[in-house]
Amino acid sequence: MKASPGIDATFRGTLGTFALDAVFHAPSAGITGLFGPSGCGKSTLLRCLAGLMRLPASRCVVEGETWQDEAAFLPTWRRPVGYVFQEASLFPHLSIRRNLLYGAKGLAPVEGAPKVGFDEVVDLLGLQGLLDRSPRNLSGGERQRVAIGRALLSRPKLLLMDEPLSALDRLTKDEILPFLERLHARLSLPVIYVSHDMSEIERLADHLVLMQAGRVIASGKLAEMQSDPHLPLAANRDAAVSFDAVVAGYDVTYGLLGLQIEGGQLLVPAPPSAKGAQHRLRIAASDVSLLPQPQQQSSILNALPARIVARRPMGESEMIVVVGLGSDGAGARVLSRITRRSWDGLGLIEGQSVWAQIKGVSLANK
Amino acid sequence: MEGLSGDIWQPISLTIELAAFTTVLLLILGTPIAWWLARSKVWWKEGVATFVALPLVLPPTVLGFYLLVALGPMGPGGLVAPLWGARTLAFTFPGLVIGSVLYSTPFVVQPIRNAFEAMGDRPLEVAATLRASPSRAFWTVALPLAMPGFLTGAVLGFAHTVGEFGVVLMIGGSIPGKTKVLSVAIFDYVETSQWGQANILAAGMMVFAFAVILAMTLVERRFAREAS
Repeated sequence: MKASPGIDATFRGTLGTFALDAVFHAPSAGITGLFGPSGCGKSTLLRCLAGLMRLPASRCVVEGETWQDEAAFLPTWRRPVGYVFQEASLFPHLSIRRNLLYGAKGLAPVEGAPKVGFDEVVDLLGLQGLLDRSPRNLSGGERQRVAIGRALLSRPKLLLMDEPLSALDRLTKDEILPFLERLHARLSLPVIYVSHDMSEIERLADHLVLMQAGRVIASGKLAEMQSDPHLPLAANRDAAVSFDAVVAGYDVTYGLLGLQIEGGQLLVPAPPSAKGAQHRLRIAASDVSLLPQPQQQSSILNALPARIVARRPMGESEMIVVVGLGSDGAGARVLSRITRRSWDGLGLIEGQSVWAQIKGVSLANK
Repeated sequence: MEGLSGDIWQPISLTIELAAFTTVLLLILGTPIAWWLARSKVWWKEGVATFVALPLVLPPTVLGFYLLVALGPMGPGGLVAPLWGARTLAFTFPGLVIGSVLYSTPFVVQPIRNAFEAMGDRPLEVAATLRASPSRAFWTVALPLAMPGFLTGAVLGFAHTVGEFGVVLMIGGSIPGKTKVLSVAIFDYVETSQWGQANILAAGMMVFAFAVILAMTLVERRFAREAS
């Protein structure tokens, strides 16, 4: 068997009336979002990866190490895997400190797993004040942060997160997301993040595995998946594309951050940020309009030369258009949702040069 | 009333000794059974559970009868007894312990099984994802989480052993210092018209039973409050 970097997984089998047939690859670094409607088998797939569930025709190779194939099966406790469940599931009889250290003092350190120190995790997740308390007196958000820290401290080679935010209310979610973004930036650990909430994926994921009815229908880089007109994501009402932009400059007079993305630069109202810093951007399809010629005067700041790459009609009246930024269209791809009437009225065709006017850009991490 | 004569303490200490031995043995033997009943997925496990629960409904004399056969010279008890120079296990303290263990099994196994089941799979799954071996997960997670069940089981097992009569009478008889436990002593006092002595022991048992049940209820409530 050839050792390949990243995670190679094949899980096939039936559970009652549900059939899982999932084949996918995830890279060695970054967050891979596992996305699909409720009941499509995301959590089952994650449980299979952890060895909590065993399907007969399966294979799972992580960083060249076979966890499972037709012949062998590593039980969960022998897999260097971290798992964050939907509910924090802290041990109620142990203090926060002992919860955090539970996995750390199990076996000998796993070779090749990234080393994370106790103090670093405590600091990263803001757990300083909680260490000697009991899980009983913690809020939902605090508990989930402890659960994440506990999983990290078991020094996993792969971190699995099963909708870690879905049991929390909106406010608590917003409180935890920045912690996850910090983790993402600081740790090189591969993470598989299950969610049915696209906004979490847009903020966190680098790669995406799309699931439907027990099958993986597509997988790849997040932005490529988002801008693929043939995938269900683009057909969504709130379809959008995410980018990792780099700070190019700051306009102090107007409070505008200059952000470089492939094929263009955007100005976004935001607090100042260091040059070279990375920010996650989100551009919604409904915020992008297309013009055949540059408009001389407009209240909209961002208008970039682009080229139409593909299009797909959405129902009777609308059309989703994929444009590549830059005059050659080779830059980042964004989606634009326009009416079919506009498409015909402007006489647009695939391959045509246009100007993409971007009404709104949302900055995910500040 | 004659007051407490010296030999009234003998059945009391014997009873406590028997109940303590029985409880410890039951916790050791009952835990794996309870664990298996709670976790196994084989279809015939409820058959085993039913067998364990039989003493709940059988008249103690039925159990006592079969025990007598089993412990006597012709049964397995008669085979092991010669190892220490005895002829039989019937009418001995070890025989009494064996009988008590069998008789009180459901009272210990059931609460522990319930506690293991109430805990669910999740804590063990979490432990496994934190690389705890199954045995480490058992000792550091399952056991502490099932503690209320162990407490209930131990108290019930102890109290039920103190209160047994039929089985003891069948397999133990009434040998002072060896098999004459409290319940039998009360019976003997009544038979020999020592009503005063009988009354002291009987009232003591009432107080004991009351205290045990009350204490258990209070402890359970506390656990429930802590768990929420």
